[in-house]
Amino acid sequence: MFVYIMRRVLWSVPFLFAASLLAFAIIQLPPGDYVESYAARLEADGQQVDEVRIIALRDRFGLDRPFIVQYWKWISGIFQGDFGLSFQWQQPVSELIGDRMFLSVILATSTLLFTWAIALPIGVYSAVKQYSVGDYVFSIIGFIGLATPNFLVALILMYVGVVVFGTNVTGLFSPEYANASWSWGKFIDLLKHLIIPVAIIGTSATASLIRIMRANLLDELFKPYVTTARAKGLSEFKAIIKYPVRIALNPFASTIAWVFPQIISGSTIVAVVLSLPTVDPLMLDALLSQDMYLAGAFILLLSVMSIVGMIVSDIVLALIDPRIRYR
Amino acid sequence: MSNSLDQSSPMEFAEATQWQLMWRRFKKHKVALLSLYIVLLFYVVAAFSEFFQTYDPEETSRRDVFHPPQMIRLFEVNDAGNRQFRPHVLGMNLERDPITLASNYAVDPEERIYVTLFGRSDPYLLLGFIPMERRLIAAVDSDEKFFLFGADRLGRDMWSRTIAGTRVSMSIGLVGVALSLFLGTLIGGMAGYLGGWVDAVSTRAIELILSMPTIPIWLGLSATIPPNIDPLLRYFAITIILSLIGWTELARVVRGRFLALRTEDFVTAARLDGASPKRVIFRHMMPSLVSHIIASVSLAIPAMILAETSLSFLGLGLQQPTISWGVLLQESQNIRSIAQAPWLFVPGAFVMLVVLALNFLGDGLRDAADPYSQHSI
Amino acid sequence: MTTNQPILEVKDLVTAFQTRHGDFNAVDNVSLSLTPGKLMCLVGESGSGKSVLSRSILQLVDKPGKIVSGEILLHDAHPAASSDKVETLDLAALNPRGSVMRNIRGRDIAMIFQEPMSSLSPVHKIGNQIAESAMLHEGISKSQAMERAVDMLRQVEISNPEKAVNQYPFEFSGGMRQRAMIAMALVCSPKILIADEPTTALDVTIQAEILDLLQNLKQTHNMAIMFITHDMGVVAEIADDVAVMKNGKIVEVGGVRDIFSNPNHGYTKSLLRAAQDTQKPSDRRIEIRRARPLGDPILSAKSIGKEFLSSHGFLGLKKETFVAVDDASFELREGESLGVVGESGSGKTTLARCIQRIHGIDRGELHYRNRAGVETELSRLRDKELQPTWREIRTVFQDPFASLNPRMTVSQIISEPLLLNGMTSKRQRRDRVEELLDLVGLPVESMERFPHAFSGGQRQRISIARAIAPEPRVLIADEATSALDVSIRVQIMDLLLELQHKLNISYIFISHDVGLVRFFCDRVMVMYKGKIVEAGDTESVCTDPEHPYTKALLSAVPITDPSERGTKVRHRYVADLSDVSANGSV
Repeated sequence: MFVYIMRRVLWSVPFLFAASLLAFAIIQLPPGDYVESYAARLEADGQQVDEVRIIALRDRFGLDRPFIVQYWKWISGIFQGDFGLSFQWQQPVSELIGDRMFLSVILATSTLLFTWAIALPIGVYSAVKQYSVGDYVFSIIGFIGLATPNFLVALILMYVGVVVFGTNVTGLFSPEYANASWSWGKFIDLLKHLIIPVAIIGTSATASLIRIMRANLLDELFKPYVTTARAKGLSEFKAIIKYPVRIALNPFASTIAWVFPQIISGSTIVAVVLSLPTVDPLMLDALLSQDMYLAGAFILLLSVMSIVGMIVSDIVLALIDPRIRYR
Repeated sequence: MSNSLDQSSPMEFAEATQWQLMWRRFKKHKVALLSLYIVLLFYVVAAFSEFFQTYDPEETSRRDVFHPPQMIRLFEVNDAGNRQFRPHVLGMNLERDPITLASNYAVDPEERIYVTLFGRSDPYLLLGFIPMERRLIAAVDSDEKFFLFGADRLGRDMWSRTIAGTRVSMSIGLVGVALSLFLGTLIGGMAGYLGGWVDAVSTRAIELILSMPTIPIWLGLSATIPPNIDPLLRYFAITIILSLIGWTELARVVRGRFLALRTEDFVTAARLDGASPKRVIFRHMMPSLVSHIIASVSLAIPAMILAETSLSFLGLGLQQPTISWGVLLQESQNIRSIAQAPWLFVPGAFVMLVVLALNFLGDGLRDAADPYSQHSI
Repeated sequence: MTTNQPILEVKDLVTAFQTRHGDFNAVDNVSLSLTPGKLMCLVGESGSGKSVLSRSILQLVDKPGKIVSGEILLHDAHPAASSDKVETLDLAALNPRGSVMRNIRGRDIAMIFQEPMSSLSPVHKIGNQIAESAMLHEGISKSQAMERAVDMLRQVEISNPEKAVNQYPFEFSGGMRQRAMIAMALVCSPKILIADEPTTALDVTIQAEILDLLQNLKQTHNMAIMFITHDMGVVAEIADDVAVMKNGKIVEVGGVRDIFSNPNHGYTKSLLRAAQDTQKPSDRRIEIRRARPLGDPILSAKSIGKEFLSSHGFLGLKKETFVAVDDASFELREGESLGVVGESGSGKTTLARCIQRIHGIDRGELHYRNRAGVETELSRLRDKELQPTWREIRTVFQDPFASLNPRMTVSQIISEPLLLNGMTSKRQRRDRVEELLDLVGLPVESMERFPHAFSGGQRQRISIARAIAPEPRVLIADEATSALDVSIRVQIMDLLLELQHKLNISYIFISHDVGLVRFFCDRVMVMYKGKIVEAGDTESVCTDPEHPYTKALLSAVPITDPSERGTKVRHRYVADLSDVSANGSV
């Protein structure tokens, strides 16, 4: 087991490396180098361009050096907590990330849990009661959930909130807590506000997981070991829960791994629409204004989050499936 | 074996090709069949979108800002008191509330704008080069305007804009999938056929891309497109970016089928019959792959459409003056506009309908893709 | 205390499946009874309804199947879990999901199935799965139930049962899994055991052990056993009574000796003939050899070996080699049929694939002398260089459903080797395909049809037609008949013999079935764990084996004659120790 976890963790190292290369390539792709855009922006803002500072910056990021050296400077800076500078905000990137990253992690994890909690029972129900009214209803809802872009659901909810209820569904905190320090009250407030974005981000993932769980379980329901369980005299409910559902969970857990990046991806757009105080609106902003160090840092962090999420899912899978554990 | 396959005569069944068997199986899937017709309809509309528009989608009108939608009424009661077939919409007048000064549209039941099929309109170029003067629906009096889906903040007709968006949104799905298909079959096929380190490397690459959050990376890549680039170039740049990530799913399908097929006895038999590797692949393996690829493609198109819509909605995909559903939905980002003009959501309904239909179609195709499997639908 | 009072009586039972074309009676008006301490064999070919009958008794028929009419009377049943009240119950009238039916399952009537791997849950420990019934039906505590599980595993002769309860099914071998299944079925000491082809998926030596075990348990527990099988040899070996089933009906029922010595129904006779025919050398083969004696060796293997690599350990850096074929040497003569017999995993299929050069040979040499008398060493050649040899050495695969491309017509399939070997004229190819179809006994109309229109036996004929299309001299038949029903199997074997006669083909005949090899082959090689442990004239190997493994294998093969029951000494071969231990007569 330990060997398995170690192997899984080791395997992720090249993945993380590749993710960082990709993020850095995105930083590098736009024409002109970083300091040039920085100087141009300062000038546009009517500020004095300090030649000494420009030279210092060029040196710091090694902009005259080859790609690989620049990459090295960037990545080794990150290991020391230095993500570069945001020229739009005139601040180190690491200062801008802080709380927002924390909220992003909370949002993604709660969405994952929500997805599990909803998809699992419904998937089981739909498979066991295949072709029943309930199965059809869930299938139709699921299909619509898959077909609707997340942001459209967010927009419609916003519209309904404003027009019908006269409330604002955006943000993650009530105004009185927005700038307050962490307290029990703030936490409860956060939970209340989380429900809507979690439900929106989770729709398409939940819809696809229901279908996967349903299909997995339908594959298992007619296996001989279910007949064995019935032949022992187990009740129908117990026979199904203890055996096929338990076994259908395995492929289900492995799909969770692929769902996590999907959730992070979906949360980006929903967070922008609902102006959540996560990293995503800031990232979009940075991308639109070509504030590349900031954007690159976010892309890197979100990718790392996805990869870590995958490793965790894989380890969970190994925990529940002895066939993997013993390999 | 034959239980689910057929009720037709044994002779016909015995000599049925895979496509005939697939079609028979597909036809049983009523929802998929309906979806096929819907998708075909959408592509027809996309191809001849100018004809289906009622006006030039770029035509602004200050008088008609946020004009609400008007419904076509098919019958009217004439002066003699008889119902007669005369399609029309009711006119609307802009009124200003004397106290709040807010503007409001009120229906004027007396004013009728008669519409007709294939009516005369302003001249336009179908497909960009065929001069035409008739549209599917037009006002009998071509000076009058009507708005089936309302108008946007510049008084542009949403029906015409949504129909115009059909072309871009539907085609970006096709072009993007074509590119993904090329990458996917090439990489997946090589991985599956060559095996060994090629397989190991490409499998890892696929896993890597699948473990990345797609939207942030798409956004990052499209942010690197220079802002003032030609709209057509931007269109291709976006499709390339979408397919750079979209090929993985297809590659996985191709590789998986390839690996499964490679060890099939009938493929070994073909090798022993003296078939060259090329012949083994194209004569013996391809026919089994094609149906699965078609099914995967029809499932990949809606994903592309959704991706384009999302990117454009965020302002990093296609941009004005290109009209796509995502670009149109960008208008609805502002909560105040949608509170005033909820019909700005209409392109979203189109996205849902098309994606839904493509998903059902793909599901039906996937179930029919292997007509030799034992299970029945 | 064996009584002759039946414990279970099935009366006029009809189980129907609803289909689009109306109801189909899978079990059609069947009556039979089971007696304590007796084993009833239910025999029939695939689709005869024997499995559905067995499942109907426990009301476990899958949808859309349903018991339509008839009675299933269980005597001395305890309808309630707690009370000791005893009465006769009609199981057919019970609610399949009701508590009365559930209390009977596992406690009064237990069942074991064909595939021990898929019939056990892969993610639950063996002990847990066995103890479950005991806890359910007897309300005992978990620790008591686990003790019971250990005890049961000991009864089914699993070594180190204390350890085995904490293992998962994938850690067990096939035979051990089936033993665990039996332990699971017997944990509540049921009065009736229903065994649905419990040995079909097992090797013959393991089958023999499981059959012995069931015999013993029948006596010690005084159980009534219903044993479903398609193998007349197994019937002869263990049955007290026999019921023969065909198309949902029982066509004949009686004591085992009566049925074997004096079968009444035509179907029973044909089943027996098919089974007994393949117990002795084929008369036709001996005739053919008399007309044309065997020629010179055309194919000879010198110490060929094949290994497979697999990755293990941390980061998959540790490579493990598995020797699939080890130091195999043999010669094949012109017009000869050479058998390769062995159990699963013995390396016989790998050997076949080495000879055909489907995959590479790691060590040794393989020489082939072609029609023109030129000798080639095949072991190092590449695909391109093998083309001429591949025309003369051909393979018929095991699975008739996998070996034909479902997307090509029969004529395309058969003409593929013709086309690729330079027969470019369409007309010529057509004529040749017609000729080949005629040779393998298929109508000319088959040409434009697709494989899905044919049954397993017919597909195998198409496969043979493709194999003989380029006029080969050597044909490798890898378990070519094992996916087929007994009666079809004999037809295909006869076809192969006729082709040998007409076309002077040499066969390498791979099989797990000693009987078939004895019927078909002049010489035989016995393979065990990648090695050829014994080779020689088929008759002398079969009647007077030298190697202890061969002895064990032969002693495990059931004899299709109940009167010879108990005359045979069962040998067990323990690998690596290479000694033989007589395990007493059965």
